[in-house]
Amino acid sequence: MEVLFSLLVGVFFAAAVYLMLSKFLVRILLGVAILGNAVNLLLFTSGRILREVPPVIPAGLDRQVAVTANPLPQALILTAIVISFSFFAFLLVLSYRAFQDLGTDNANDMRVAEPVADSAPPTGY
Amino acid sequence: MPEYLLLLLLVLPFAGSLAIASLLRTAARTLPSWLAGGVALLATILTASYYPSVTNGKVVRYEIAWLPELGLNFTLRLDGFAWLFTMLVTAIGFLVVLYARYYMSAEDPIPRFFSFLLAFMGAMLGVVLSGNIILLSIFWELTSIFSFLLIGYWYHNANARDGARMALTITGIGGFCLLVGFLLIGHIVGSYDLDRVLASGDIIREHPLYLPALVLILIGALTKSAQFPFHFWLPNAMAAPTPVSAYLHSATMVKAGVFLLVRLWPALSGTFEWFWLVGFAGISTLLLGAYFAIFQRDLKGLLAYSTISHLGLITTLLSLGSPLAAVAAIFHMVNHATFKASLFMAAGIIDHETGTRDMQKLSGLFRYLPYTASLAMVACAAMAGVPLLNGFLSKEMFFAEAVETHADSILDQALPYIATLAGAFSVAYSIRFIHTVFFGPPPTDLPKPHPHEPPRWMRFPVESLVFACLIVGIVPGLSIGPFLHTAVLSVLGPETPYYSLAVWHGFNLPLVMSIVAMLGGAALYFALHNYLARCEDGPPIFRHLRGQRIFERILVTVSWKWARWLETNIGTRRLQPQLRIVAVVAFLAAFLPLHLSGFDAKLPPVRGVDPAFVMLWIIGMLSALAAAFLAKYHRFAALLLIGGSGIVTCVTFAWLSAPDLAITQLLVEIVTTVLLLLGLRWLPKRLDKIDESATFSARLRRLRDFAIAVACGVGMSILAYTVMTLPVPDTIANFFLERAYSEGGGRNVVNVILVDFRGFDTMGEIAVLGIVALTVFALLRRFRPATESIGLPEQQRIQNAYDDAQPERNKGDTVRDYLFVPSVVMQWLFPVVITFAIYLFMRGHDLPGGGFAAGITMAIAFLLQYLAGGTRWAEDRLRILPLRWIAFGLLIAAATGAGSWFFGYPFLTSHSQYLTLPLIGKVPTASALLFDLGVFSLVVGATVLILIAIAHQSIRTYRVKAAPKTEDA
Repeated sequence: MEVLFSLLVGVFFAAAVYLMLSKFLVRILLGVAILGNAVNLLLFTSGRILREVPPVIPAGLDRQVAVTANPLPQALILTAIVISFSFFAFLLVLSYRAFQDLGTDNANDMRVAEPVADSAPPTGY
Repeated sequence: MPEYLLLLLLVLPFAGSLAIASLLRTAARTLPSWLAGGVALLATILTASYYPSVTNGKVVRYEIAWLPELGLNFTLRLDGFAWLFTMLVTAIGFLVVLYARYYMSAEDPIPRFFSFLLAFMGAMLGVVLSGNIILLSIFWELTSIFSFLLIGYWYHNANARDGARMALTITGIGGFCLLVGFLLIGHIVGSYDLDRVLASGDIIREHPLYLPALVLILIGALTKSAQFPFHFWLPNAMAAPTPVSAYLHSATMVKAGVFLLVRLWPALSGTFEWFWLVGFAGISTLLLGAYFAIFQRDLKGLLAYSTISHLGLITTLLSLGSPLAAVAAIFHMVNHATFKASLFMAAGIIDHETGTRDMQKLSGLFRYLPYTASLAMVACAAMAGVPLLNGFLSKEMFFAEAVETHADSILDQALPYIATLAGAFSVAYSIRFIHTVFFGPPPTDLPKPHPHEPPRWMRFPVESLVFACLIVGIVPGLSIGPFLHTAVLSVLGPETPYYSLAVWHGFNLPLVMSIVAMLGGAALYFALHNYLARCEDGPPIFRHLRGQRIFERILVTVSWKWARWLETNIGTRRLQPQLRIVAVVAFLAAFLPLHLSGFDAKLPPVRGVDPAFVMLWIIGMLSALAAAFLAKYHRFAALLLIGGSGIVTCVTFAWLSAPDLAITQLLVEIVTTVLLLLGLRWLPKRLDKIDESATFSARLRRLRDFAIAVACGVGMSILAYTVMTLPVPDTIANFFLERAYSEGGGRNVVNVILVDFRGFDTMGEIAVLGIVALTVFALLRRFRPATESIGLPEQQRIQNAYDDAQPERNKGDTVRDYLFVPSVVMQWLFPVVITFAIYLFMRGHDLPGGGFAAGITMAIAFLLQYLAGGTRWAEDRLRILPLRWIAFGLLIAAATGAGSWFFGYPFLTSHSQYLTLPLIGKVPTASALLFDLGVFSLVVGATVLILIAIAHQSIRTYRVKAAPKTEDA
């Protein structure tokens, strides 16, 4: 179980990193989408993997007595899901605007701020 | 005098500075000078009235708790030595203000000048009064900064800018070293309190960190006091207005270095290292400064090098480590401040009246400025050490100490000769100052041809200082005696030696040395007289060895050449390599600690395998890999596969006891996919034709990316596996499990954590979500797509072409009928989905669900309507106003949090109880539920706003280009 799960995490990360190393915005975007899942799964490992014991206190009891999954990583991942969603949305719109304004989706050609033929700063006083 | 007035003394100049700074540029020069003069005079009086509190070794302390956890207090401390110095700073400050009132011309921005001058005075008082060494180093830096501003006061002048920058660089580096040195001292002593440090001299001197601390502190002190080899900034700082030179570069700031050496003298001195480091710097500065001063053409240049030399004299005295030498050092600090300040002012008057400071042009001015000339002559005589003037007394003490043997080394044995030689040099440049400027034929080519005496009150500061020189020189015991004794007592304490301030000590060796120096100096000057009248600026051999040049070379090399080299060789401006570097560095940062801690990466046994999970996870891996593989040309397929990996994540959460995560993940996955679909519509396609795989370098690059990706993936796998196989530590999770119901009033622990225990986090998170939505809205609000992407998607073009080809169909029919049945279903689903959202929301506190999930579900309900009927159709029937949802959500969340204040609890404390409603039964009504309502509302608003902002792009396009019929996208 653990082996397979960690393999899953690793493959997600590898795919995300590979896509993010591309120079085209669409692929970077897709990479970010996978990276979100990869990171969430990795965070999930810190709570260990336990089957069918959700951290819900059964009715009639006022505290959990049986072993349950760790609720803290889950709460953090819930936050992470929402944040990575908003991050992704922002990145998407930013890429779109960048593409429209700069006329390219190749990150290497986006050189408005730092033109290639930039003159060197002064060499002395 | 009450202690708290010390604070007033410190605050007064800064307050005056602010007040003057707030005056307009156009304000007359009278008001700022009156204000500045008033502040300086008040500070002087305040200081003077503290005198009875510091005599006989008494100390005034005023302490405010600042960072008591770090042992840092805002401590002000006034003892005899600090009092003497404070008196110098305030009294000479007053005289300088008076002088500057007449010196500055009407074109100069007067308020700025006095504002900086007062701020500098405040910083200087801070250095002197600090009772905490960290506080001291803060004020120390402030003096550097205000000195920079004052030197660069005439910033239109390139010399002023360069001089200011050099002074700031040198003293700034020194200040930084000083701070580190102080931190070391604090570490050794265990306290930053000055009294503790002074009392711990023995501990400091025996500590292994003594040498580094000493070197660092000395760098700080020696740079400030312009000691060799850091002396070269001071002559360049002469580009400042003369009042600044008179104040900063004779009386106060450059004295801060020697002040610190005296201050820390009890704690640091008396060792072999101290003698050699301080002594070497002091003696070389003494000699070189005096030698350089002879050959300056600029009057202020002469005075600057003379200042360097005199500071070297004080440093040399302090290096000796004997109490008598320390007395002489303190005495000479005061004497030098008086005669040098008056000389600078006299030089300023000459410059002001004649328009030049070049000694080869100035000549015979006595006939025009008899009064100023007489004053300058007395001050010069004091500088040269002529009897019956204050300079003579401290110089005699120096000679007496030079003759004494202290550490029996070559340096020590050579000292009497060096001292006499430096004395002769000092006589030579003093005579040069007087002889060339005031005597000889009338000047021929002055920029201002008719010099005359300055106004009455411009002379007054010079007069008072020269008068002080005379009084101290003639009746030292009656004038300076008691004050000096107070100062010495506070530094040396019980070690205070017997010393005599008498003018006549009999015919002894120091007097012989003085006479030799006098005669030698006079002879030297008259031998050099003709050479000096014509020579270039600077001393014969060292003229070409310019400290300034070396400094700038180093600066250019470090700040430009090396930086450029680094940038061209290991830097990049491109995003892709930067991301690659980030990935590799992240990998190494994770890998190295694992490797160093001896992690053994052996293959773990495979056990307890569930075939369902195996299938699920293999599907997940395959989708991720396939997505990465296909993303280049088949982005739609890649998008679907990414959705697949998301679903796998979702099911994984569901099966591994995280129902909340599963629900949220599923819903977010839906919205993300829709977003990406909308986005891909507007992002460029990449076609198979552009095949770059042919080139070798592209292949190589892909291989490298692949290797990095695999390395990262393997690393993360190992990390995940290691984490999962470690035993579970005792975490705070149990705390949440135990308290969730009893204190949070909810059975769903994850939800209770989000809205109750860690509610503040959630609050921040929804704020982020709201900001992102608003940013997206702002980015796209007035934005239309570029013309090249305006054309209809291929699919719609085919459908329209089909309509055109069929005579019975109108154009757009197919588009409208497309997915007709599903769209009817979607329209009817609207109430169902909303009900589901409310259900998720209501049960969230006890069962999986909650504000996030409900909010996204609600957003999906709206989204479906857009999908089913098109943007126009949906907006004709629904007014969503997402901005209001966002605002309402944030307000409600904040109001719920703030509500607990009314009951006297901290922000976001929640309250829970069960309420029995008719028909429905018991309903949990925690205040956290209200908070969750805010979360819900904000998530709805933000998600819908983002989606609508992107969806509206299509309307904009069509409104411009196409017929209104095909508006539905």
